[in-house]
Amino acid sequence: MRYLTDRKRVRGLGSAKSGTAHFWEQRLSAIALVVLTPLFVIPFAYNLGGSHADILAAYGHPVNAIIAIAFILTAFLHLFQGLQVVIEDYVHGRTEIVLIITARLTCSLFALAGTFSILKIAFTA
Amino acid sequence: MADVNRGNRPLSPHVSIYRMPLNAVLSITHRITGVGMSLASVLIVWYFLAAATSEAYFDTASWVLTSFLGDLIMLGSLMAIWYHFCSGIRHLVWDTGSGLGQRRVQRSGITALIAAAVLTLITIILA
Repeated sequence: MRYLTDRKRVRGLGSAKSGTAHFWEQRLSAIALVVLTPLFVIPFAYNLGGSHADILAAYGHPVNAIIAIAFILTAFLHLFQGLQVVIEDYVHGRTEIVLIITARLTCSLFALAGTFSILKIAFTA
Repeated sequence: MADVNRGNRPLSPHVSIYRMPLNAVLSITHRITGVGMSLASVLIVWYFLAAATSEAYFDTASWVLTSFLGDLIMLGSLMAIWYHFCSGIRHLVWDTGSGLGQRRVQRSGITALIAAAVLTLITIILA
């Protein structure tokens, strides 16, 4: 004999209640990156290999600094969103949860480190 | 239905000899390039962190990123980002419900490959 009612057994099962939110946010970051990628990648490739003074001068400019920060924040958000989907597709159970948490915390940390570094360059240059 | 006895009949697609269609290869390449760029993302943040720390630390990071291995990673990531960029635009178009016909998928796939190669070359020329 079951002590739970049918209703009680199914409550909380099924939909994760987030609907299409993840899908939508991932497209949104993708659209932002369509604009930001060329704006970041080409100047970065141009400056790579330059001296310390060159880099400080380049990213000391507000426009370059803003683009670089916008790119880093969006790219790490999009990276996490993508990694989460890939993990969910190929890994299951406890490992899946551990990997998703690790990916999220790591991406957040690097997004913060990148943002802070560019701000410091921009404000001291 | 996986436990139903199907005798010893061959399964389709026979993965060991199955020739992946172009679009299947492009699809998995999109994922591989996306995950692969994690490495370059970390290196680039490290590069900025070093630049914000000191000139000596920057020189170390700059040396690593422009060493033979660094060049290889940066060139690979450059190709990866432009491929992922072009392939991503295809996915965004598909998300609107258009461009999904067999011939258009084939054509946009080839276009994405060419565009990625052109963008990579343009970046190398400008840099």
